[in-house]
Amino acid sequence: MLTVNNLAVHYGVIEAIREVSFEVKEGEIVSLIGANGAGKSTILKAVSGLIRPSQGEIVYEGTPITTATPKQIVEKGISQVPEGRHIFSGMTVLENLEMGAFLRKDKNEVEKDLQLVFDRFPILKERKNQDAATLSGGEQQMVAMGRALMSRPRLLLLDEPSMGLAPILIKEIFHIIEEINRTGTTVLLIEQNAKMALKIANRGYVLETGNVVQTGTGEELLESDIIQKAYLGG
Amino acid sequence: METFFQQMINGLSLGSIYALIALGYTMVYGIIKLINFAHGDIYMVGAFIGYTMIHSFGMGFFPALLTAMALSALLGVLIERIAYKPLRHATRIAVLITAIGVSYLLQNGMLYFYGAEVRSFPQVVDNTLFEVAGLQVSRIQLLIFATTLVLMVLLQFIVQKTKMGKAMRAVSTDSSAAQLMGINVDNVISFTFFLGSALAGAAGVLVGLYYNTIDPMMGVAPGLKAFVAAVLGGIGFIPGAVLGGFTIGIVETLVSAYGNSMIRDAVVYGILILILIIRPAGILGKHVKEKV
Repeated sequence: MLTVNNLAVHYGVIEAIREVSFEVKEGEIVSLIGANGAGKSTILKAVSGLIRPSQGEIVYEGTPITTATPKQIVEKGISQVPEGRHIFSGMTVLENLEMGAFLRKDKNEVEKDLQLVFDRFPILKERKNQDAATLSGGEQQMVAMGRALMSRPRLLLLDEPSMGLAPILIKEIFHIIEEINRTGTTVLLIEQNAKMALKIANRGYVLETGNVVQTGTGEELLESDIIQKAYLGG
Repeated sequence: METFFQQMINGLSLGSIYALIALGYTMVYGIIKLINFAHGDIYMVGAFIGYTMIHSFGMGFFPALLTAMALSALLGVLIERIAYKPLRHATRIAVLITAIGVSYLLQNGMLYFYGAEVRSFPQVVDNTLFEVAGLQVSRIQLLIFATTLVLMVLLQFIVQKTKMGKAMRAVSTDSSAAQLMGINVDNVISFTFFLGSALAGAAGVLVGLYYNTIDPMMGVAPGLKAFVAAVLGGIGFIPGAVLGGFTIGIVETLVSAYGNSMIRDAVVYGILILILIIRPAGILGKHVKEKV
């Protein structure tokens, strides 16, 4: 579904990632694992068209999208939940969700998707007229996820959804990610929380300072030396 | 006491004008963090368009007002596309200096086409005075209040209820997240200049009518004062621009009436200095805290 080949991104003269290649197949959950500064977010930004890679290729369903605009990429069915949630403060929860459907013209279907989001996150229905900035961290994460789902994506990119959340909430969020995947949305997940991310993943890639250093199924990686040592203290 | 209320009416008229201009400053700042120093000159051009429509094309007040708004809006969009858009990733100071350059370009362009002399604005509206409870209100003042009120309600509707208005708010709070929604940020920026410049054009026509005279340098002082108004209310914050505009208009009028009209401008700029020292975010602005 999504293939990234030899991707490199530079911020000015600083190289954020170099020659990163990975693949996401339809229906999978794929996790990219790596410490802070490994270049994980940069990869998602490149896929979403927010930054232009200096080298390499991003192919989505057979078409290169390396130079596509963020708008074209959303139209193709890729949607991102950015790191740190980036909800629109000063706008209500409902308005935030509406922004996710900004490009859609099929009003009735948008209304249905809104109900689906409310079914998935009942707390958001309760708070729909509240300024999204007044919500707790976990609720804001739900707004960001609901907002991304409102574009009815076929590929959902999640950047550090567990960041800053209490363990019980992290569990819930990961459970919801699995559910979203079960209903037919392919998921590319980026996480520092390697254990949780690999547990739910079909496959994973480990990034270190801008490079993919290991790959395998979620289970294989969980048991690999590199993950045991670096992330799980084993 | 009667003088006081009379001066309040005058202050509110002047404040309406400042508020209309300040809205453009604040909206543009909200979206691209630029103090558009050419904004006062768009107001001036708006006054000249109104003048030309009435004087040369024999239009009435409302057609002239609408034409001035439409053409000012297009001018604003054109300036943004030609002068500011290529500098989207440049430093803020580079854009600011460009804005000052555009300001001079507009002033000198109008000097070239219309000359430096002060022109009298054709009086298309009878300036009948009405007396209400011993206070005098002119027809033009009523027209200013009504026009300003309608435009503000309209603006509020656009910003709060329409898709483009919501996109404006989204871009102003988080432009990269807005991009992830598929919002074309460049279009939103153009739309913002469109709205702000239309309001400035309206203010230009209203001022021409109110003070009878226009000239190519007329945008400088009101432009700066509207900027002060926007900062006073909280720049980037729409209700703040309205509050700031009315406050500055009233303060200016009261200082002229009870103090000394010579120090009128000094007081207004003094307010700018004070607000920057005491409450840099403005009256309604708040320091944004981030939730982790």
